[in-house]
Amino acid sequence: MASVAEDRPADSMMEGATPEAVVVRFAGDSGDGMQLTGGQFTLSTALAGNDLATFPDFPAEIRAPQGTLFGVSAFQINFGSTAIETAGDAPDVLVAMNPAALKTNLAALKPGGLIIADTGEFNRRNLDKAKYDASPLEDGSLAKWDVLAFDISALTVEAVKPFGLGNKEALRCKNMWTLGLALWMFDRPRDPIYNWLRGKFAKSPELADANIAALDAGHAYGETAELAGPLKKLHIDPVESEPGLYRTITGAEAVSLGLVAGAQLARLPMFFGGYPITPASAILHNLVKMKEFGVTTFQAEDEIAAICSAIGASYAGQLGVTSSSGPGIALKGEAMGLAIMTELPLVIVNSQRGGPSTGLPTKTEQSDLYQAVFGRNGDAPMPVIAARSPADAFECAVEACRIATQYMTPVMLLTDGYIGNAAEPWKVPDPADFAPFPVSFLQEKNHGDQLLPFARDEKGARPWIKPGTPGLMHRIGGIEKNPGTGNIDYSPEAHQTMTEARRDKVLGVANSIPDQEVCLGEASGRMAVVGWGSTFGPIHQAVRRARRRGVDVAHIHIRHIWPLPKNLGELLKGYDHVLVPEMNTGQLKTVLRDQYLVDAKPLNKVSGQPFTIAEIEAAIEGALA
Amino acid sequence: MNEMIKIETTLKDWESDQEVRWCPGCGDYAILKAVQRTLPQIGADPANTVFVSGIGCSSRFPYYIESYGFHTIHGRAPAFATGIKLANPELDVWLVTGDGDGMSIGGNHTMHLLRRNLNCQIMLFNNEIYGLTKGQYSPTSRVGTTSPSTPMGSVDRPLSPCAFALGVNARFVARAFDVSKNLPEVLKAAHAHKGAAFVEIFQNCIVYNKDVFNDFAAPKGAEDQQLWLEDGQPMVFAKGARGIALDLDTLSLKVVDVVDGDWQGAGVLVHNVTNRAIAHMLVEMPFGPFPMALGVLYDDPRPTFEESVLEQNARDAEGKEPDLARLLAKGQTWTVEG
Repeated sequence: MASVAEDRPADSMMEGATPEAVVVRFAGDSGDGMQLTGGQFTLSTALAGNDLATFPDFPAEIRAPQGTLFGVSAFQINFGSTAIETAGDAPDVLVAMNPAALKTNLAALKPGGLIIADTGEFNRRNLDKAKYDASPLEDGSLAKWDVLAFDISALTVEAVKPFGLGNKEALRCKNMWTLGLALWMFDRPRDPIYNWLRGKFAKSPELADANIAALDAGHAYGETAELAGPLKKLHIDPVESEPGLYRTITGAEAVSLGLVAGAQLARLPMFFGGYPITPASAILHNLVKMKEFGVTTFQAEDEIAAICSAIGASYAGQLGVTSSSGPGIALKGEAMGLAIMTELPLVIVNSQRGGPSTGLPTKTEQSDLYQAVFGRNGDAPMPVIAARSPADAFECAVEACRIATQYMTPVMLLTDGYIGNAAEPWKVPDPADFAPFPVSFLQEKNHGDQLLPFARDEKGARPWIKPGTPGLMHRIGGIEKNPGTGNIDYSPEAHQTMTEARRDKVLGVANSIPDQEVCLGEASGRMAVVGWGSTFGPIHQAVRRARRRGVDVAHIHIRHIWPLPKNLGELLKGYDHVLVPEMNTGQLKTVLRDQYLVDAKPLNKVSGQPFTIAEIEAAIEGALA
Repeated sequence: MNEMIKIETTLKDWESDQEVRWCPGCGDYAILKAVQRTLPQIGADPANTVFVSGIGCSSRFPYYIESYGFHTIHGRAPAFATGIKLANPELDVWLVTGDGDGMSIGGNHTMHLLRRNLNCQIMLFNNEIYGLTKGQYSPTSRVGTTSPSTPMGSVDRPLSPCAFALGVNARFVARAFDVSKNLPEVLKAAHAHKGAAFVEIFQNCIVYNKDVFNDFAAPKGAEDQQLWLEDGQPMVFAKGARGIALDLDTLSLKVVDVVDGDWQGAGVLVHNVTNRAIAHMLVEMPFGPFPMALGVLYDDPRPTFEESVLEQNARDAEGKEPDLARLLAKGQTWTVEG
């Protein structure tokens, strides 16, 4: 979690001075609506002007058996009055809707933290399912935490009684009761939630009313309990932010908006070919609602057809886009090679997840860097960009569209499950601040009376020729071709020339990207911590804390994974130590060593959970000890 | 096909400057000529025509036609074609594929293109063998086909591409063979059909599977084994001496003799291209006891995929301003004052 809250003594958060940041984790059964609760709490927190970061963590099963340890779904939010860059290491507050949720999340809770538990669910059956011999609420095992246990189930049923719901439906409102309590605790307005519930249940107003009643009851309970229990109301001041219009955004939303913006800046209609896969499907769901921007979406029969249709659309003059996650990206590999070979623009979004194979579908990892940079047959160079946060994914998607259309190449945009699902406040950009990069199609022969589909401009890019253009009929394909005419040509010279041309074109993208900046610290010194992707938050905070203690350490975060920024090699050589934390077994580390012969040291984590700040801090200490 | 402006061209206009690289005597040459003969007849515009192919001998086809051409990857031509047509439905798209490309590695995509009813022509060159990889048996090879991968003969039963097409809901299914003089007529009918038009073309691979279709497709002398179907005409063959009738007891087709041209008296069926049940029977007729059913077996158009998608897109976008600034600021927002 951000800065100061981590640094204060680990005493009860409910006593003493108001903290600058708080971490709350909602945990319950998959069917308890924890992701909804978290999402709505996030919205109200954003509206209250706090900075925030979230971490939704849910099982791969849609409805895992009730009450089981593997069926627990959790949503963590870190919010505060200072800049927040991670979802927080250890929660201050754990809301446990059943014994399994308590058991699987307790270890993370900060000593002195607060547990809110629903005693209505701590019955023998659920205790057995969670493998508790005795109720932890009663056996003294929770002594180092504050415990606030009461029968949320019964209180909810009581609150929604006037609306005539069945018992099962009534219990479904539990999450709103809990949310009401949380809103009270942190002095959040209820209005946005009312509005959301009325919209969500527009067709059954009685459900909206019941949920609102549950929300209000939870809120009222807080006021009453304050008089007697350990519960105290906390007010977290708004963060100091740049003036402007803000909203919350998830990575999947940001990617979708960035793609639409990118296509608009290129002045192109966009075609999106996708196939359902966790966690990438959200992009398809978003884009399907943006038809007025010239977006056509196509749910293909498989991952291969998804990318092939996108390449077909690019060939016909639209901006083709496809997205997937590791296993789907693997299936698309051959088609990426064709896009490289025929030099057609294409954006491929990879929402990385734990691998290999099916791996950890709902957990996060950054282990597809090799696949993105190297994972195709032949010498198949392709630009690769990685987003570092949900909000950053917008600019990265625009950048992917720019490179794809200006260099006539497929581009891979890497996000991950964490970025895709997590939300953070986003200063809404003004589209006018982005320089347009309009595409022009070849309209007439480009070499006297001859057409040379593979003649190159100063960037090494070939012309884009739409079928339907009179007089420019030609054939393209995946077979090696003549450097000018594009006709089939297997000659040694043709393959040598074309392989080098494809390589140089992609390397030349480095001329159009900014120099690598140091995002925290000096441009040389004892240590640089070099990251990419969603490790930004914990690295940044860890470096900030180390610097506060006087350690000479800098944070460098790479957006352009391939080609790398031109100054990166020189920059890294200015540090005695280079530490590369990654949620894989050392992939960027290998690329940096290979490209620059620097002694980059890995720090790896592949547990499906993001790095904690403390882990990176310890690694910095360890490396400099 | 589309409502298109007809362009005057000649066969020569459709010949590209590329050297044709099929084996001398390959059936592909005859198909190429038939296509180049058909295109001027339908008034096709080279600038508006796209040939899309996968991988295999047949898939080299686009290089030899003077139009736009996209030689893609193995089995995936239908997926590329889908993107092309959704991006620009005005283009006249022809798919060229083979029994390996379209029925084996690309069977999935062929199935979905047909069921979706993408408006294009699919020419599947069926030679019952993998030619470009030097002669392995294919999913249409007959049981017992000896090949480098099946030296003791293949054991798996083949599929019939036309039965497959009907089974996955194709709205146009036709059949012809490489050297048939009727091939251009079949291709014209395919082009006239609005929607996915599936044409199986038996093609003689003279190197790896020579003359396997000779029983009905030999250049001369096999005419009596050909049942050329024509809408509204009786299903007669062997110079009118025999016909196809429906056995009402078993609800299956049977061959009947036609005496003195009295096909009605013999109970011969009249071909109705919209009769799906009979089409299923025609594609399943075992060759030998029955002749080979050729021509347009089934033709009953339905709305095309791309027109349905684009109509829905237009309906959804209607009245909505593509205002990017407003899109970005969607949802609940808050303002931080300066």
